[in-house]
Amino acid sequence: MIEMIEVEDLTKYYGPIRGIEDVSFKVEEGGTVGLLGPNGAGKTTTMRILTCLFPPTRGKVKIAGLDVLEKPLQVKKLIGYLPETAPLYLDMAVLSYLRFVAEVKGIEYKNKKKKIEEVIEVCGIEQVKKRLIGKLSKGYRQRVGLAQALLNDPPILILDEPTIGLDPKQTYEFRQLIKSMQGKRTIILSTHILPEASMTCQRVIIINKGKIVAQDSPENLAYQLQEFSRIGAQIEGSPEEVSKELNNIPGVIKVRVAEKISERVYNYVAETKKNIDLRKKIAFAVVNKGWGLLEMHSLSMDLEDVFVNLVTEESEG
Amino acid sequence: MRNFYALFKREIKSYFVSPIAYVLICVFLIICGYFFYRNLIYFSFLSLQAGYDSSLQSSVNINKLILRPLFSNMSFILIFLAPILTMRLFSEEKKLGTLELLLSYPVRDIEVILGKFTASLAVFLVALGLTSVFPIILFILAEPELGPIFSSYLGLILIGVSFMCVGMLFSSLTENQIISATATFGTLLLFWAIGWSSAFVPGILGSLLAQLSIFNHFNSFTKGVINTNDIVFYANLTLFFLFLTAESLQARAWKS
Repeated sequence: MIEMIEVEDLTKYYGPIRGIEDVSFKVEEGGTVGLLGPNGAGKTTTMRILTCLFPPTRGKVKIAGLDVLEKPLQVKKLIGYLPETAPLYLDMAVLSYLRFVAEVKGIEYKNKKKKIEEVIEVCGIEQVKKRLIGKLSKGYRQRVGLAQALLNDPPILILDEPTIGLDPKQTYEFRQLIKSMQGKRTIILSTHILPEASMTCQRVIIINKGKIVAQDSPENLAYQLQEFSRIGAQIEGSPEEVSKELNNIPGVIKVRVAEKISERVYNYVAETKKNIDLRKKIAFAVVNKGWGLLEMHSLSMDLEDVFVNLVTEESEG
Repeated sequence: MRNFYALFKREIKSYFVSPIAYVLICVFLIICGYFFYRNLIYFSFLSLQAGYDSSLQSSVNINKLILRPLFSNMSFILIFLAPILTMRLFSEEKKLGTLELLLSYPVRDIEVILGKFTASLAVFLVALGLTSVFPIILFILAEPELGPIFSSYLGLILIGVSFMCVGMLFSSLTENQIISATATFGTLLLFWAIGWSSAFVPGILGSLLAQLSIFNHFNSFTKGVINTNDIVFYANLTLFFLFLTAESLQARAWKS
């Protein structure tokens, strides 16, 4: 695997204010990486340095082996960038805007028309291509923003909060669009929405207060942070007795009633020791008592919990 | 070069898509038209009097009485025109956030600056070109001298270019267009007023102040005299402010 993006000890201070400090990561060719963090964590700062908007205070960035400080023009040719909130010229029609971007990005005249048609199709903006950007909805503006980023067919895509401000349907469609490009392009996207990162990214880098807190695949992150396994069950029986009985099973740490479904039927969540599966024992205990076992499944900790865990730990320390 | 042309094209479109360019050119022409009309009336009044009084005859000169004051007035109007013409160049893009995107494209800063500047220069040249209707009217009615007209236009272009560079600098410094226009206007006014005090200041300092004054260098152009000294003055002014604009774009490196 070729490393497409190499970031080493990247540090940026705005005067005395820390933007990011000692951020290091690598992205292999074709990988999708999510920068995850609360607002003001340093995601945008990192991306702006990657796009050569300003140099870092310290540290190195190599894009496809090129140093961003030494060869900014070449680096910029490899990157498609969509800044937060997709800033576009509102007084231009979509088509003439894309023509302008194509010219500025230095696309050959004979390829220009074809390339523009391609991105219009990929981004699904055919029906609005003659309208003024200022009159478009947020969702379409975001698509036009993505279209301009894709225009020079860049191997690297940098998307800053690409789904912010979109409605759920638009968000879903936009994620599908990003997913459809996975493997073909190296993608870095930032978000503060966790499910988005776990849905679209192969690897997640969690940033808080300018520092990398953790980086791994979404599954591994969830796994690492799991201090205990959890089992969810729906059982028919009196809640006090069921809780007591389940607590008696060796390996169970805590049992709580999660939800009342109907008279005598409740959902329970049992936290058990890590890496042992107690489902069989629980089933056995319930059946032994003559209660009804209506449902049972193991619960994995999702990324949201991991995120809250990491970020709150960091702020306490 | 292609980048420059694309940027120029976009910029000039955005001048003419919105009413800005039309309004600016229109107002400029109306004011110039008023001055032309006033000078013409004054001239015809004077030539009527010269019919009775032969001592006045030598001072009745079309170039001197109509065109020279007209061009001089036009140069003063540029103090208002240039800030308004250039205030949006960078401020608007900064406010919209499009500058960030633009600078992520494979373009050099200098291409961005020159593309934008050339677009506003083009609007200015259209406005200035349309004022040629006044000398043309005079050519139909009489026989003014061509030389001073050309040199005056050259002077006006030089003044316009240097004023617009000042405007562009302030536009690159703020995302508020009104602040940009006000600061430019103030700077230009100060550059003009600095010459007034030269009469009271003795010695080298006085002549230095006179040399710094932006309109002192324009007078000889209206008389048909092209001084290298004057051209160098405006060229220096232009280059200095272009350089500062480039620096201010670069400054994102440490402040952003």
